[in-house]
Amino acid sequence: MRLRLILRRLAFLLMVVWAASTITFFVPRLSNRNPIRERFAELSRTGGFAAADLEVIVASYNKKFGLDKPLLQQYTDYIGSIARFDLGVSLSRFPMTVTQIIYNSLPWTISLLFVSAILSFLIGNLLGAVAAWPRSPGWLRAVATPFIMFTGVPPVLLAIFLLFFLAFKLKLFPLGQAYSTGTAPDWSFRFVLDIMWHQVLPAISMILGSVGGWVLSMRGMGITIQGEDYVNFAEHKGLDGRTIFRNYYLRNALLPQVTGFALALGSLITSGAVVEGLYALPGLGSKLGEAIRANDFMVIYGIVLFITMSVATLMVLVEFLYPFLDPRIKQE
Amino acid sequence: MTPILQIRDLQVSYYTDLGRATALNRVNLDLNAGEKLGLVGESGSGKSTMALAMMRMIKAPGRIESGSVTVGGVDLISLNDEEMRLARLSRIAYIPQGAMNSLNPVMRIGAQMVDAIKAHVPNMSQADMTEQCMQALESVDLKRNVFQMYAHELSGGMKQRVCIAIGILLKPQVIIADEPTSALDVVTQRQVMETIDRVQKEMGTAVILIGHDMGLMAQFVDKVAVMYAGRLTEVSTVRDMFSKPMHPYAQALIKSLPNLSNKGVFQGIAGLAPSLLRIPNGCAFHPRCPQAMDVCKTTIPDVKEYEGNRLVACHLYTEGA
Repeated sequence: MRLRLILRRLAFLLMVVWAASTITFFVPRLSNRNPIRERFAELSRTGGFAAADLEVIVASYNKKFGLDKPLLQQYTDYIGSIARFDLGVSLSRFPMTVTQIIYNSLPWTISLLFVSAILSFLIGNLLGAVAAWPRSPGWLRAVATPFIMFTGVPPVLLAIFLLFFLAFKLKLFPLGQAYSTGTAPDWSFRFVLDIMWHQVLPAISMILGSVGGWVLSMRGMGITIQGEDYVNFAEHKGLDGRTIFRNYYLRNALLPQVTGFALALGSLITSGAVVEGLYALPGLGSKLGEAIRANDFMVIYGIVLFITMSVATLMVLVEFLYPFLDPRIKQE
Repeated sequence: MTPILQIRDLQVSYYTDLGRATALNRVNLDLNAGEKLGLVGESGSGKSTMALAMMRMIKAPGRIESGSVTVGGVDLISLNDEEMRLARLSRIAYIPQGAMNSLNPVMRIGAQMVDAIKAHVPNMSQADMTEQCMQALESVDLKRNVFQMYAHELSGGMKQRVCIAIGILLKPQVIIADEPTSALDVVTQRQVMETIDRVQKEMGTAVILIGHDMGLMAQFVDKVAVMYAGRLTEVSTVRDMFSKPMHPYAQALIKSLPNLSNKGVFQGIAGLAPSLLRIPNGCAFHPRCPQAMDVCKTTIPDVKEYEGNRLVACHLYTEGA
């Protein structure tokens, strides 16, 4: 029974990946732009490159990349190469492969997105739970309020604001980039610290905006849960406040939040992309932005597909995790 | 012998936007070890408030204004919060009304029982705690494997038994059961009541059974206390209460029960229970009382003791009819 469910979920995962890759395949091709021509046009603009036989060169590269074939065949080739986990080469940064680009930028994205997603989930839910708990001290409950204020502000705006005041005006934080210019990447303590220093503002812009959402939903959940009979009975049993809070109240109120977390990851990646761009962090989001500007569809395909697969996989993982959190959900 | 439970002058108010509602008005009650008392009354008469006051679980905007609840020589009202926490379950236990939802859905039954022991006897070994929980489960006719189960795997009756098992875990001197069978079908009701009855006899605990099912009360309790508008109007043995109730409200209540000789005819009590915000002057029952006298409208009747250890608060028997 269990095995069949896993297989069904994996089949669903495949469907999602297929649908996403099909959509990403066709959308960039709706435009007439050709990344190869644009690349050469750019070269001729920037430095005395005679473009007399531009069309010949473009045609020969089109042939090389398979762009001259009928669309349907390009599509089947494309799906076939995805099945072999071959995401192709970048059109604008040839001969770099898409996998290489993803591989190089992934650590930046993971460190920014996951750290801020997990931090805002933890901070937000804890504050929300405390805000709804009638026996928590008043000052602790008040802490949640300013976060709620930031809920409506998009991370992008926060990022611009923080960048302008804290980095540009007050010069408290670096203006951007992943690490200070002039340092060579290595695993020394200083360098890691430098990286973290550069991640502070992007992370704050991501966290500030999303904590409030968790606070609000958790507070709502908490108010419902604290009225439950089992929380009351726990107090009748003479349990101490901390045990009731943790085992009876928080544990139950968190259940729907975990589902929310999986859903939030998807939207986090999009807002993360813009924040990465603003802070010039070489993450997936920045690379995706660059690729869109250069109409480098191989990179667009690769990154979008990768993001879709990661989010879909995380969702399936959360689903498999759920029965361990809530015994009422049995997987059959 | 000294009663195991002594309630003196217990007064509880709720501070609402519309004013102060006196939910419990100078209640006095004694209960001996091994005795079972049924507490009956209409909805809003203060039964549950009394139970919560005894557990000191009255939540804002409610407040215990005055009085004492003495269990085994210790006045619960004068304890500090931490001492009261330790007194819950070990001195005085509460079996909840909504047993259906009284168990944490994400914790195993065993863990919820061990929790309760740990909160009172933190040094007990894991094995001893498990054994004590298993024994409690067995004493309410549940199998030992319930320890490993979750609430959603149990039936309503089983959940109620688990709540009883938790209630008796630390062998308290007083158990309050707040409508423990209201959500169960009659067969299960009877089984659960028999379980409470048997456990109570084995442990010699005093039990307060709250409910409005007079039939159920008649079968299981020794004494019945009738509440009206936050006051105790009459406390008598079951036999006395059913054969010759003294307080007019108790009389009306007994008369309203369906009986075999008068099938199909139902008799209610005229009027409605008063709002606790506007309790009538004098005897709270006088607007609905068929035997009301002038004095009833002005003076609150004192509780007096009558033949057969009966306690009645009514002017009829002091002023003469």
